Amino acid sequence: MNQHDTVPVIETVDLKKYYKVRKGFLHAVDGVNLRILQGQTLGVVGESGCGKSTLGRTVIGLHEPTEGKVLFRGRDMASLTRKQNRQLHTRMSMIFQDPYSSLNPRMCVADLIADPMVINHTCSNRQERYKRVAELMDTVGLAKRIAGAYPHELDGGRRQRIGIARALALDPDFIVCDEPVSALDVSIQAQILNLLMDLQDEMGLTYMFVTHDLGVVKHISTNIMVTYLGKCVELGTSDQIFENPCHPYTKALLAALPEPTLEARNRQFELLKGEIGNPINPKPGCRFASRCPNCTEACLKGDIPEHEVEPGHKVSCVLFAPQSNEETL
Amino acid sequence: MEAQSRQTKDRVPAVEVRDLSVEYHSGGSVVHAVNHISFTLEKGRTLGLVGETGAGKTSTALALMRLLPDRVSVIPNGEIRLKGDNVLELPESHMRMMRGSIISMIFQDPMTALNPIMTVGNQIAEAIRNHASDKMTKEQVNRRVEEVLELVGIPAERKNNYPLQFSGGMKQRVVIAIALACRPDILIADEPTTALDVTIQAQVLALISRLKEQLGTSMIMISHDLGVVVRTCDDVAIMYAGEIIEYGSVEQIYGPGDHHPYTVGLFGAIPDLKSKARRLSPIDGLMPDPSNLPTGCKFSPRCPHCTEACRQQEPPETERDGHIIRCHLFGGEKV
Repeated sequence: MNQHDTVPVIETVDLKKYYKVRKGFLHAVDGVNLRILQGQTLGVVGESGCGKSTLGRTVIGLHEPTEGKVLFRGRDMASLTRKQNRQLHTRMSMIFQDPYSSLNPRMCVADLIADPMVINHTCSNRQERYKRVAELMDTVGLAKRIAGAYPHELDGGRRQRIGIARALALDPDFIVCDEPVSALDVSIQAQILNLLMDLQDEMGLTYMFVTHDLGVVKHISTNIMVTYLGKCVELGTSDQIFENPCHPYTKALLAALPEPTLEARNRQFELLKGEIGNPINPKPGCRFASRCPNCTEACLKGDIPEHEVEPGHKVSCVLFAPQSNEETL
Repeated sequence: MEAQSRQTKDRVPAVEVRDLSVEYHSGGSVVHAVNHISFTLEKGRTLGLVGETGAGKTSTALALMRLLPDRVSVIPNGEIRLKGDNVLELPESHMRMMRGSIISMIFQDPMTALNPIMTVGNQIAEAIRNHASDKMTKEQVNRRVEEVLELVGIPAERKNNYPLQFSGGMKQRVVIAIALACRPDILIADEPTTALDVTIQAQVLALISRLKEQLGTSMIMISHDLGVVVRTCDDVAIMYAGEIIEYGSVEQIYGPGDHHPYTVGLFGAIPDLKSKARRLSPIDGLMPDPSNLPTGCKFSPRCPHCTEACRQQEPPETERDGHIIRCHLFGGEKV
């Protein structure tokens, strides 16, 4: 077994990202620990405003962490020199949410895809560069005849394929996909998800897949992390999360998901009260306490430690605290 | 005698659309957004209009409200009857009275549907003053504003707040309050929960269903989400390229049995929480360009069962117990 198999591609240690606002600090990411191994996909699920996009951007180095570390193949990204850092960033890339606003409207398809290579000087020969562009267009399923077209001439699915080709242009190991299919129709969404999975199988890519859609995450992920207001509330393999959801928030998310079946029509579902809380200067204790149907006094006292309910399946909830721990609280 | 006439009036469907088409003319090309659709919405029922972007769902809704932009849009043929009145023949002043009090609409995006520099109370009052069928005094309007806010679950004292002081889910409740302010008989909800998170979506859907029950409103629910439709609708019309390609009750559309290949494809493309299969089964190809629709069946270029007949002839309508499928696969007999 070589080193690549055991050292995670991405690891974060107690990662925090706060934004200074007038009233104090907005806790966008608050102490997240995650590990993604080579060839795996970590799905990050949560509602809007729970810090999942900030997490993706901080992991990839678009934001500087307030506290904590991001390790890429075991190396702390903060300890690198500028040159090393720049080089490292050719190994990771990002697919953005909205294919309508993430592409420069004044560049044609071929130039858009060549852009990362120009910026990073990886392919200085013009002819070779466009050979590579043609290869990439083929990989993501774009017809050669649209190489000269501009984004506004294309539909959402094709635009998102351009976004994927751009992310692949530098031959990265790790890609953060930030809601790559939420702006697309279901029939097109399935095409893009299949493409992402095929690329992973062919190239051994590692993904961090940020989304609000549990159905999408189930299909693509090896592991799933459920986040709520900057905290990881539950982490486990895809099967563990879907077959044995433990945290009340995970359960509520699964219950609220509208399933397109006749059984779902007559099922009574429990509604979650209230709305997502305020991430500015949050109170100690469980962030979910104000909406939780099982809230007790212990939830409001202090930080909720993580418990392993089964191997690899971690939950941050007092309901799953071992008995002895509860007495010491 | 009077009772009898009232009874027949009760039997008049809330909405009756016959052979409706909507076209947009711009830059020399004609976009065929809606092509010869017909459907009926019975009183007190909910009809789901399902389809992908560009299927003509919103154009249909705007035609019903007569809110299509008149410079570019044309309704070349068709008939829309709201409680018996043909909307397309009414003068604009009369239509203005109908909007709000007879037919009303919940718009998709609560972030842009509200005026950011008006308090929500004033926005609701504006709808009442413009559309209510009888004149109301200031106090009456005020009381009604408080009533509808409470109805959608917002404390009445928040009527002096501005939209920016509300969260997304609460803003959508305000939009619903505006739509209900004049007690409409027919409510069109255009993707009312698409911009919301799942847990908030569940709250808003429950609210809409409860209000519909409580007020006896007939409703048209426009959505691309088959999961939302099964929770809220009684009948479903699946739209593709401006046509209704399948129509039936929720049981007929979601149950086993014959379906249009597009319906089958649409269900297959949804990530299924129960299935173990990793790959999804998308529908190949893309939606046709509505200014250049294929001849014959509009779905034929993407259909796995496509034959020569599909490419040349319009598909016939097959009907069985009110379940209509427009496809060459099913002969065309009506039972």
